Amino acid sequence: MNSLVLKLLVQRVALGLLLIFLVSIMIFLGTQILPGDVAQAILGQTATPESLANLREELGLNVPPLERYLSWLGGVLQGDLGTSLTNGRDIGASIADRLGNTLFLAMWAAIISVPLAIILGLVSVLYRGRWPDKLISAVTLSAISVPEFMMSYILMYYVAVQLGWAPSVAMLNDRMSLLDKLHAISLPIAVLVMVVLAHMMRMTRAALLNVMQSAYIETAELKGIRRSLVIWRHAFPNSIAPIVNVVMLNMAYLVVGVVVVEVVFVYPGMGQYLVDHVAKRDVPVVQACGLIFAAVYIFLNMFADIVSILANPRLRHPK
Amino acid sequence: MPKPVLSIDNLKIEATAYPPGEAPRKITIVDGVSLSLDKGKVLGLIGESGAGKSTIGLSAMAYGRGGIELTGGEIHLSGREIRKAKGRVLRSLRGAEVTYVAQSAAAAFNPAKRLMEQVIEATVSHGRATRKEAEARAIELFHKLGLPEPETFGDRYPHQVSGGQLQRAMTAMALCPQPDLVIFDEPTTALDVTTQLGVLAAIKGAIRDLGVAALYITHDLAVVAQIADDIMVLRQGKTVEYGSTEQIITAPQEDYTKALVSVTAKEHTEKTSDQPPVLEVKGLSAEYRGMGRDVLSDINIAIQPGTTLAVVGESGSGKSTLARVITGLLPQKAGDVTFDGRPLSHDLKGRSRSDLQELQMIYQMADTAMNPRQTVGTIIGRPLQFYFGMKGAALRARTIELLEEIELGAGFMDRYPAELSGGQKQRVCIARALAAKPKLIICDEVTSALDPLVAEGILKLLYDLQAREQVSYMFITHDIATVKAIADTIAVMHLGKVVRYGPKSSVLSPPFDDYTDLLLRSVPEMRLGWMEEVAG
Repeated sequence: MNSLVLKLLVQRVALGLLLIFLVSIMIFLGTQILPGDVAQAILGQTATPESLANLREELGLNVPPLERYLSWLGGVLQGDLGTSLTNGRDIGASIADRLGNTLFLAMWAAIISVPLAIILGLVSVLYRGRWPDKLISAVTLSAISVPEFMMSYILMYYVAVQLGWAPSVAMLNDRMSLLDKLHAISLPIAVLVMVVLAHMMRMTRAALLNVMQSAYIETAELKGIRRSLVIWRHAFPNSIAPIVNVVMLNMAYLVVGVVVVEVVFVYPGMGQYLVDHVAKRDVPVVQACGLIFAAVYIFLNMFADIVSILANPRLRHPK
Repeated sequence: MPKPVLSIDNLKIEATAYPPGEAPRKITIVDGVSLSLDKGKVLGLIGESGAGKSTIGLSAMAYGRGGIELTGGEIHLSGREIRKAKGRVLRSLRGAEVTYVAQSAAAAFNPAKRLMEQVIEATVSHGRATRKEAEARAIELFHKLGLPEPETFGDRYPHQVSGGQLQRAMTAMALCPQPDLVIFDEPTTALDVTTQLGVLAAIKGAIRDLGVAALYITHDLAVVAQIADDIMVLRQGKTVEYGSTEQIITAPQEDYTKALVSVTAKEHTEKTSDQPPVLEVKGLSAEYRGMGRDVLSDINIAIQPGTTLAVVGESGSGKSTLARVITGLLPQKAGDVTFDGRPLSHDLKGRSRSDLQELQMIYQMADTAMNPRQTVGTIIGRPLQFYFGMKGAALRARTIELLEEIELGAGFMDRYPAELSGGQKQRVCIARALAAKPKLIICDEVTSALDPLVAEGILKLLYDLQAREQVSYMFITHDIATVKAIADTIAVMHLGKVVRYGPKSSVLSPPFDDYTDLLLRSVPEMRLGWMEEVAG
């Protein structure tokens, strides 16, 4: 590792941390201007003005925003995400399980979709303009065009209800073996794979086709090398940077964007937790979830940039 | 009698054109070309861009770029017909029996792989040697081609070696499988003249020692005269003349060949002027941010009204940077630029409208210097509106006048750049610069991208315009022939310094400094045996 690469990596990591800090401010401000009032939400229609004022005082809603932000940030830095306003539980503890579940679902969706998307991208470049290319594009694009909730209900109806191959509700518990767990979440995985596959596959295809225009691809063809090997040896190593970027965007989407799928399959993940507490105006929970989602997003993109930097031979081997 | 390595009979090559709004149609790129090449011989293919040289070269591998199809005739490689051969057969020939050296080695190497891996790839994948044998052979070739540290050269990545070294490495890559035929497609065109000589000598030595046959494609007759046994002159896809190198150079039969042979012979006597200089540069130095060293140091030059200063040097010598400083695109670090008696602001923002108007620039790539969505009339009319506020009929009349000055005429008003040839595009750029009524025009390699005969026309136009309009030129070029044709004063640049400066007659006569001597000796001369004399 040379000093130039190290400098770029340090810069990139520092930028990531700065971004998380800025996002924390935006999340805080965003939750401040949310309509509604947690005290009102807790006490409901029957609240009297006095009880509302008391509850607000008790929940610390009357302290100035800057002071509240600083104490929130200080807590977060020490690993304390605060307590839920609605049920009084420690948010960190409640989230830990659910974040684990969400990451479990996202990880398996990624393990299946990323290699599949790249292989399909390679195959469609190999058969560019012929039927395998057209078939792959048609199928993946159709899959992405159907809204996730609709795809979820379609699978639920046919695969779970009619055929009975998989449970329609993705419930997990600690006594299940890995295989049982995977069986339980097979339908949400299938939906997520279909959602992210097309984007990654199309970008892999586009990045490869872009590189295929290069003079060194012609050189390889004039060496009499098989087209599949030309793509694998000469085109793919030069397309890694754009491919990794789109893969990471989709992985981030898998973690952050699964809200709908989790709700449909009643999966005990972050998405459902967030949706429940937005409805109850539970600001500390919304803030904590928002911050975690943002951190995942920023971290994955940072990871993509780091891979791009490391994949660049000009940076790895300077003159 | 042994069969020729390559014989082509009555070759016809077509491509499909897709004109907008019309049905696709076939256009003929090469028609009725026949040639024959024996073992150990070199055939030079020469012609302007678009003459079909590269297309014919690649047809020896039965390869057509883009939508190009080999539609007629026969191509025999070592006795086998390959035009109609199947993909599998062609794959077994390409990279094994016939190999290819591309014009731009910098683009033809995969940036993500080490050189050795790429040099031996074809040799190993065709089973012509084991990996170990191929590596040994590659190191031997690196040695023969004069590459530095041949033992470890292959461990480097393409971006870690120079352009001349890459071109040698590409030659090693082509020779490694021990092919019967190598196609060299303009292998030295992208190189500096002093680098070209070394690469050319290395290629010639390797071809001679290994006894392979070679097709050598170039637009430079002087280069091909040094390396080829026979020469074929091509124009618009047809053979103009085909004969031995000696016959083509010393006794050309066709008018076109005669014009090619005599194109570089023009020279003019220098002009002098005792008027105060239009541009004076004193003690100028400049650097690019973050580079930490001067790209230009202590430049002192002056240009008299109505004369031409030629700034000559290799790529990286700082010629174009000098132009950027004078035009204000790059503020200098030290020194002064005086224009028409007044000091020029270092920064573009500090320059008055008349500074901008009186100092114009013409670029190497006329293609990218024009907005493709504007007509020629709009492009030339813009400076007239901007500097002189011309409108309506006056604007139109002046635009037509300018078009006539560049020998194109009013018929070109409504054309788009895409509808012009390379030479016509450069003429439009000249007219755009002239429209501002400048005192000085900086011409940055304006003829480098053009074919020799077209470039000659552009130089003549610039020369005539100077006589008529008394405009001064700063003419940036790497080509000594161009310098001889147009310069009154010459500044030779090397590594950011002016190493030689003065009137043309004294700069180009001995005694020379080392660099100018090397530069002048490296320019290929159109006679047989020149390279042996200079390269020893």
